[in-house]
Amino acid sequence: MNGESQRIEVTTDQDVVRVRQLVRTLAVAVKLSLVDQTKVVTAASELARNTLVYGGGGSVEAGPVDNGRRKGIRITFADQGPGIADLDMAFTDGYTTGGGLGLGLSGARRLVDEFDIATAVGEGTSITVTKWCR
Amino acid sequence: MERVPILKIGDILLVSIQIDMEDQVALRLQEDLADRIVATGCHGVIIDISALDIVDSFVGRTLATIASISKVLDADTVVVGMRPAVAITLVELGLSLPGIRTALNVELGMALLERERGDDSDGDEKEDEDDTGTSAVITS
Repeated sequence: MNGESQRIEVTTDQDVVRVRQLVRTLAVAVKLSLVDQTKVVTAASELARNTLVYGGGGSVEAGPVDNGRRKGIRITFADQGPGIADLDMAFTDGYTTGGGLGLGLSGARRLVDEFDIATAVGEGTSITVTKWCR
Repeated sequence: MERVPILKIGDILLVSIQIDMEDQVALRLQEDLADRIVATGCHGVIIDISALDIVDSFVGRTLATIASISKVLDADTVVVGMRPAVAITLVELGLSLPGIRTALNVELGMALLERERGDDSDGDEKEDEDDTGTSAVITS
């Protein structure tokens, strides 16, 4: 990640709000369009809540990126929670183990340009998403 | 913890969400609103989300739950003021807010509630048709 990234520990509801605010500030700074700002902030909200609810808390790191052609924003959500046993299921719309709508993971993936997930049962989950300026 | 104020205007309860709600604040609103519907006997609820720059699945689900609870308590709910970017994002997220009535602003929301109340005998089921057109999930 190039540029200065910022880190937020996610242990409460309030931290999810702080993640949204940080991502919004960064998205405005790299001049994402209004719709793309809305999408990336919404995705961040879903994933930060997952980190809190399913991961038992963790951390979020977000910062600007620049690949030489385009600017964007990259966010990593990491927890040391139970991990995800069945990724295919986890990405199915409507599938949930936590009483939610089952849209968080699959929906967030649709809202960003790049979505990388690393997870191991008993060790935790790390998700990195990137949204590029058009 | 912050609280979202609920205003009574005639037969309608008006909720204007002006803050970036923590999940607990949204749940509190759900309970407060149920209490106020029963306490006031109001038959309409308008939730103004024009100040919200995102609606994620949690807030979306809360809005849907509020609409369901209100219905059981004999009140209709209209969500008004959704920003275009929020609408685009919600649909892409996969959340089409089934069962939620929407209007573009408070004024149109009030008119909708008045119409609803006018032909209440059969008006409820009929309106569900509106949802089918928007329930498709856009994947890209």
